[in-house]
Amino acid sequence: MNDLLAGLMAAIDLIIHLDRDLVEISLRSLQVTVTAVFIASLVGLPFGAWLAVTRFRYRRLAIALLNALMGLPPVVVGLVVYILLSRSGPFGVFNLLFTPTAMIIAQIIIVTPIIASLSHQSMRDLWYLYHDLLISIRTSKWQRMRTLLWDGRRSLLTATLTGFGRAIGEIGAIMIVGGNIDHLTRVLTTAIALEVGKGNFPLALGLGIVLIAMAILINLAIHILSRTEREGTW
Amino acid sequence: MVDSILPVVLDQAIVRKEGRQIVGPLNLTFGREGGCSILVGPNGAGKTTLLRLMHGLERASEGRVTWSARKDTVYARQSFVFQAPVVLRRSCLENIAYPLFVRGVQREKARAEAAKWIEDIGLAEVAHNDAHVLSGGEKQKLAMARALITKPDVLFLDEPTANLDGASTQEIERLIASAVQSGTRIVMATHDFGQARRLATDILFMYRGRIHEHAAADIFFGGPATDEAAKFMKGDLLI
Amino acid sequence: MKFRTLITAFVMLTMTTIAASADEMKMAVTTSFHNSGLAEILLPEIKKDLGLDVHLLVVGTGQALKLGQAGDVDAILVHSRAAEEAFVAKGFGSHRREIMYNDFILVGPKDDHAGILTVKTAADAMTLIAGKEAIFVSRGDDSGTHRKELALWKSAGLDPASFTGNWYRATGSGMGATLNTASAMNAYVFADRASWLNFGNKGELALLFSGDPVLFNQYAYIPINPEKHPHVTKELAAKLETWLVSAKAQRMIGDYEIAGQQLFTPNAGTLDSDS
Repeated sequence: MNDLLAGLMAAIDLIIHLDRDLVEISLRSLQVTVTAVFIASLVGLPFGAWLAVTRFRYRRLAIALLNALMGLPPVVVGLVVYILLSRSGPFGVFNLLFTPTAMIIAQIIIVTPIIASLSHQSMRDLWYLYHDLLISIRTSKWQRMRTLLWDGRRSLLTATLTGFGRAIGEIGAIMIVGGNIDHLTRVLTTAIALEVGKGNFPLALGLGIVLIAMAILINLAIHILSRTEREGTW
Repeated sequence: MVDSILPVVLDQAIVRKEGRQIVGPLNLTFGREGGCSILVGPNGAGKTTLLRLMHGLERASEGRVTWSARKDTVYARQSFVFQAPVVLRRSCLENIAYPLFVRGVQREKARAEAAKWIEDIGLAEVAHNDAHVLSGGEKQKLAMARALITKPDVLFLDEPTANLDGASTQEIERLIASAVQSGTRIVMATHDFGQARRLATDILFMYRGRIHEHAAADIFFGGPATDEAAKFMKGDLLI
Repeated sequence: MKFRTLITAFVMLTMTTIAASADEMKMAVTTSFHNSGLAEILLPEIKKDLGLDVHLLVVGTGQALKLGQAGDVDAILVHSRAAEEAFVAKGFGSHRREIMYNDFILVGPKDDHAGILTVKTAADAMTLIAGKEAIFVSRGDDSGTHRKELALWKSAGLDPASFTGNWYRATGSGMGATLNTASAMNAYVFADRASWLNFGNKGELALLFSGDPVLFNQYAYIPINPEKHPHVTKELAAKLETWLVSAKAQRMIGDYEIAGQQLFTPNAGTLDSDS
């Protein structure tokens, strides 16, 4: 109990004094996660819509695979990205290992299946409603996807925010490919792990509270801005 | 450009679902004479399936449906209104303009055209509101406007007023009548004999997937030629 | 439409990039070195004197050697002599330069039910712990500290692989996590002094044994061989080495204290082996 209280005090202290390192790693957390989620959305959302409107032989298999990939273990993703980006790996020449870019790549791999799968679920429900009309109007596949994506934008936002939630709290992969280098690749989660390692529980907890608060604030801000859950079902 | 995609000819057309024959074999023609053809018959007679078959939402298991124009023209110049209106999750105006967007009409032009229609169906006030908050009757009017905005040669209507009250039904019938006036051929299914009397130029009585009787409206209502139609008119159960 | 604004905002945030700084190199260091806090004293001075940003990757010795072998870092600073010599012999490092040493310690519950407080040698302490089957938490992660611990068991004529019962518990994690585990289980644990002194969650644990010369822990600096990995910043690695063995750096290392205790003894000498 004392540790929890001390953690809360540490969090308040960090925020009140707007600790420079805290601001830096928080911004880096945001930058890495937002970039990764943005790119993952560019890929995942249309892919989900495509899966919803397309019938092909191995569709069921593809959907099952996608759902399974939602649970991709981050440590394994981290290790694979590490091996690929290592100087001795195939993409070593780009010198990306232990940079924020490497962390972004790892997070994209983790988050894209989540966003695509959730996108597919809501696009599938919407397609069920729209199916007859859109076929009646003889829309092209591309037009169907665009219509579903636009009309389902609010549920897609939820999919994206789920991806964001997963990415901002992720540590397994970014620790391996980022290396937790001070002032370069240290983010909130790796900083927390570091402080736990030092047995400095109050500071670790304080950082954790900052992380959670940040995630909540961003969710709230986006929901208010986009006016989701404003009325009725969508 | 052809002046009409009609006539449409059904040649020994059959629709089967999971081994069960739903419709057919049917030999049927809708020509260019205009007017409003109304399908009547008990539930499960195959009215909806027949409409969907002609519109291309169902595939003929056997036989053919032939239009008098090329495929891309054919589907661009017909519309369908469903029993339960499908409303897109966007504003009323965008809902009506949607088929024009799909056809590549300039956004502003499409919106201007939709604005005329929204005026006509009396929803101008809520033009920019989300369409899903409309009442059932308003949604169906919206669906009608959306179907008519492309000035189709043929409009298929599948019991469009089945779930509506009297006032809304009247509104929909007005839209149907004015569509007939402007030369759109209507093919419509209904359970409402009053409605059939008010709108139909000819009646098709459908039972167990077949057309049992096809006659001009006044003749049909004067006295159906087949026993099944006569029983159905009297309200007897047909099994 | 608000939604479009939102998307635009996302794009803008995504586009922001971090400005790159001038001279920088990557060095893999061991957890024990980093936990000592010495890096936070040395790095600003390195930046001041050399204009060099040294990015530290804090890992176990095993992983540090692996990173060096793959060419993912420019230099390593580790403490596992046999492994280091093999590393240089295989040509991954250009040479090995001793910088300083600290020492390992045995930590355990304050009541010391295994009774290691009064023994003379580390091997005796290990024998007592094993004899009492007192709970012992091991790093188990192939780090320098772990290797040292294994060497101690061996010197006592014991082999952890043959331990029965569940008193010997390998965590497979870093020094900090292992100390946290030991603290929670009130167990004996083998640690480096720096990590222990800086550790904030001591609980009922206390330092029970230290001072046996076999516990000295030599740190060495190894630049990665540019012949294996042409991209490594050879000049910067050399500059850093020169600085680390300079009188100034050696004095700073010797002066570094936690809670009034000196942690490291500087002993930079001549090159251990040349290439």
